Amino acid sequence: MSTTTLKSPVSAQAQPRKHTAHKRRTSPGWFLVSPSVMLLLLWMIVPLGMTIYFSLIRYNLLYPGENDFVGLENFEYFVTDTGFTPGMTNTLLLVGSVLLISVVLGVLISALLEATNFWGRGIVRVLLISPFFIMPTVSALIWKNLIFHPVSGILAAVWKFFGAQPVDWLAHFPLLSIILIVSWQWLPFAILILMTAMQSLDQEQKEAARLDGAGPLAIFWHLTLPHLARPIAVVVMIETIFLLSVFAEIFTTTSGGPGFASTNLAYLIYNQALLQFDVGMASAGGLIAVVIANIAAIILVRMIGKNLTQQQ
Amino acid sequence: MATLKIRNLRKGFDAIEIIKGVDLDINDREFVVFVGPSGCGKSTLLRLIAGLEDVTGGTIELDGRDITEVSPAKRDLAMVFQTYALYPHMTVRKNMSFALDLAGIAKSEVEKKVDEAARILELGHLLERKPRQLSGGQRQRVAIGRAIVRNPKIFLFDEPLSNLDAALRVQMRLELARLHQELQATMIYVTHDQVEAMTLATKVVVLNGGRIEQVGSPLDLYHHPANLFVAGFLGTPKMGFLKAKVIHTSAQATEIELASGPRLRLPRDGRSLVVGHEVTLGIRPEHLVIDPQGQLPVITDVTERLGSDTYCHMNTPSDEPLTVRVPGDFFCAYGERLKLGVDVSHCHLFDEHGQAVSHALQQAA
Amino acid sequence: MLTLKQSRRLQSVVLGALAWTVALILFFPIFWMILTSFKTEIDAFATPPQLIFHPTLENYLHIQERSDYFHFAWNSVAIAFGSTIIGMLLAVPAAYSMAFHETRLTKQTLLWMLSTKMLPAVGVLMPIYLMTKSLGLLDTKLSLIIIYTLINLPIMVWMVYTYFKDIPKDILEAARLDGATTVQEIVRVLLPISKGGLASTVLLSLILCWNEAFWSLNLTSSSAAPLTALIASYSSPEGLFWAKLSAVSTLACAPILIFGWISQKQLVRGLSFGAVK
Repeated sequence: MSTTTLKSPVSAQAQPRKHTAHKRRTSPGWFLVSPSVMLLLLWMIVPLGMTIYFSLIRYNLLYPGENDFVGLENFEYFVTDTGFTPGMTNTLLLVGSVLLISVVLGVLISALLEATNFWGRGIVRVLLISPFFIMPTVSALIWKNLIFHPVSGILAAVWKFFGAQPVDWLAHFPLLSIILIVSWQWLPFAILILMTAMQSLDQEQKEAARLDGAGPLAIFWHLTLPHLARPIAVVVMIETIFLLSVFAEIFTTTSGGPGFASTNLAYLIYNQALLQFDVGMASAGGLIAVVIANIAAIILVRMIGKNLTQQQ
Repeated sequence: MATLKIRNLRKGFDAIEIIKGVDLDINDREFVVFVGPSGCGKSTLLRLIAGLEDVTGGTIELDGRDITEVSPAKRDLAMVFQTYALYPHMTVRKNMSFALDLAGIAKSEVEKKVDEAARILELGHLLERKPRQLSGGQRQRVAIGRAIVRNPKIFLFDEPLSNLDAALRVQMRLELARLHQELQATMIYVTHDQVEAMTLATKVVVLNGGRIEQVGSPLDLYHHPANLFVAGFLGTPKMGFLKAKVIHTSAQATEIELASGPRLRLPRDGRSLVVGHEVTLGIRPEHLVIDPQGQLPVITDVTERLGSDTYCHMNTPSDEPLTVRVPGDFFCAYGERLKLGVDVSHCHLFDEHGQAVSHALQQAA
Repeated sequence: MLTLKQSRRLQSVVLGALAWTVALILFFPIFWMILTSFKTEIDAFATPPQLIFHPTLENYLHIQERSDYFHFAWNSVAIAFGSTIIGMLLAVPAAYSMAFHETRLTKQTLLWMLSTKMLPAVGVLMPIYLMTKSLGLLDTKLSLIIIYTLINLPIMVWMVYTYFKDIPKDILEAARLDGATTVQEIVRVLLPISKGGLASTVLLSLILCWNEAFWSLNLTSSSAAPLTALIASYSSPEGLFWAKLSAVSTLACAPILIFGWISQKQLVRGLSFGAVK
C-alpha cells in the first residue's frame, strides 16, 4: 500500500472549514440579472398599480380636479356601457376564430410542406411566412383598399366575374373581414413555428412506423400530431397574448363600426380613454382585459410553462 | 515540483453530499487515476481541484500553498475536458495560445511554446485550422496541446478518451503514457474505464459514493483489493463472489463452508474472524481450473471464446455466478455439470463487512 | 399500375402544386401591393383590376415631398435600433448569468419574465399615456424606445438564454482555467461563439419594434411618429391614392420582409420562447 496516503487522520493542519466560508468569487449572477428584473418589475407594478387606482376614482380629463373615490362605479359603467357586450363578444370571436384558423390551417399547410420534397420548396416557405412580417397598419390598408374594396377590390372583381353583386365587406361583414385580415397575419406565424417543429421530428421514428405498416395518415395522426402538441400550445399562447390587443387593424379599417359591430375590448378602451377622456372608466376596462388575459395565460403557462423549462 | 495535498475535502450540492471527506496526497510526477462507477464523485473531485466548483469543506494545498479559495486561473493547473472544450471560433494556434495571450506573454515567446507543443503532438500542419475541421483524435490532441503550452504544475484530464472510438482510444492511451514520460509532469486523470486506470496509472484512486475506497499502484490494487468493492470493480471478467460461513480459524489457516456445500481450507490468518459468521470468498477467473477432481460442482452457462483465452461462465448450485479462464480454445456445452478446482492461495476472503482478510503468508513474512 | 418510383413522383408533383397554390394565395396581397405601387392612380383604381399596365416609378419618385417619408423612416430606424441596442445590453448579461450561473430562482425568474408579456397593452394604456404626458415624453422617440425595450426584453432574454444554453459549459470553464476574467470570458469567448444567435435576436427585436402599432399610434402624433403611424394616416377616407399608399407601404415593409426571410429559422426560437428550435 502506498505510503503517501493518509486515511483521514484528524490531522492538526486540516482545520475543519466552516460551511459558511466566504465564496471565492462572488457569483456575477444577481448583479447581471437585476437590471432586467428591476425594469420589468417596475414595468409591471407601476402602471398596473396606477390602473387599479384610476379605476377606483372619478377621473375624466375634461373635468379636472374631480377625483373622488367612487368604488366600483367605473366598472359598473363600463360593463353596462352599450359597447361592452359587443366588445366582449367580438373579442372572444376574434381571438377564437383566428386561433382556430391559424392552428388548423397551420398544421395542414406545414404538414403539406414537410410531406414531400417538391420543386421550389424554399420559395414556397418564404412566400408563406411573408405576411407575418408586414406591419399591421399596412396589411389592414392593403386588405381594405386593394382586396375588400367594393368597387376596385380583387374580391369585387371575382364576384363580378361570376356574375354576382360585389360585397362591401367592411360595411356588411366588418368582424369577419377583420378576422380574415388578422388570420392572414397570424397564420404564417403558426406555419413558421409548426414547420420548424416538424423538422425536429425524428426521421427514424417515421421510418420505423412505415416499416410497421403505418400509412401517411396514420403517421400524421399518431406521430406528427403528438409531436406538435407543445408547439401548438406555444402558438396558442403567444397568439392569444397578441390577439387580445388587436388594435391597429380595427383603427385603420372600420374604426370599430359600424356601430360596435367590429369593436373589441382594446378598441373600446381606446375609445373611452383617448376619445372620451374618461380615464377612470378606461382603466376599469383595462383591468378587465388584464383579468381575461391572465385567465387565458395562467392556464396556458401552467400547461406549457413547465415544459418550457423542463426541456432546458 | 508539484505535490498536492487534499485534506477532509467535502462538497455538497444543496442537501446532497457528493464528496464526503477525501484525504489524498499526490506526489511529483505521479500519474494518478481517479476511477469509479458513474456518480462516485470522481469528476467532482477533479473539478474541485481545478477550482471549477466551490469547496464546501476541507483544504487543497499545492506545493504547500493553500489554494482552496484561489480562482481557477491562478492555480497553475491545466485541464483537458471530456468534450475537449475547444474554442470553436479560434484556430488551433489561437486555441493553444489563448491562455498565454491573456497572461500578456510576449508574442515571440508564445509562438515558440505553441510550436513546441505542436511538435510534440504532431499538430504542426493543423495550426491554422478551426476545430470543426479536425477529427476527434486531432481535437483531443489540440486540447492536450492547450494544456501543454501553459506548462502547468498539474495536468487534469476529465475522461479525455471517452468520446473516441475504440481503436483511437487505444492509440491515444499509449500516446498519453508516452507524453507522461516525455513531459515528466504530474497528471491527474479521471475515468470510469478500469483498463485505462490499470495501464496509465502509477497510482490508482478508487472512488465510490463520494469516498476513497483504496489507493495504490494498479497491481497492488489488483492483487490486494482492500474490500469487496475494489475487488469487484477491477478486473475483467469480474471476480466471482461466493457466500460462505467460517468453520474453523487459526494463525495458519481458515476453513470455510460455501453456501453450496463444499468446504475449503485457505492458507490465511483467520484469527480476526469469528466462527459461524458470514464471509465472502472472491476468486478471479484465472484462479479457477476445470478439474474432474475439483471441489466445486458447477453448471455451465455461456462460453465466450476470444481466441487467446476462453471465458466459461458458470453457476454454482446455490446460483452464484463464477467465471473460469481457460487458455486457448476450449468449449463447454451449455448446461453441463462440471467440477472446478480452486487455487486457494490466490483466493480473496472478505469479512462480513466486506473488508479483506489479509493474506496469511504475507503477514508471516 | 404505377411503379413505386412513379407513384412517389406523382405524389410529389400533386402535393407540390397544392403547396404552391396555397403559398401564392397567401402571398397575393403582398404581390398585389407591390404591383399596385408601380401603377398610375387611374390604373390602380381600374375595374376590373389590371395585371398588365404601363409601369411607372412616379409613386416612388415623389414619395419624399408628398409624405415626408424620410422623417418617419428615420423615426422607425432610430426607435428600432435604439430599443434593440438597449435591449441587448440588458438581455445579454441577464441571459449569461441565468445560463451559466444558474441558481434555484433562475427558472422562476425566466417564467416570471414570460408572464410580464401577459399584460395586455390596453390594460396599462392610461397610466403609460398619462406618465409620458406628464414627463413631457408624449410624441418623443425616447418614450417608444423605453416601452419597446420593456415589451421585448422577455423575448430577447429567452432567446439569448436558449442560445447560451446550447453552448457547452466546458468551453467557458476552459476559458476560466486559461485565466480569463468574467468580462474576457464573455467578450472573447461567449459572444464570438454565439454571434449567429445574437444576430437573430437583434433581427427579431428590430422586426418587432418596426411593426409595433399600438403604442406608436397612441403615443405619437407627428414629430416622433414612425412608419406604422404614417401608413395609418392613409386610412382617412378622403385619400383614395392607392398607388401611392402601395408605394409607401412597400418601402416601409421591404427591409423587414428581407430581415424576416434571412432569419426565419432562427426567429422561431425567440418567437416560441425557446420551446421550438
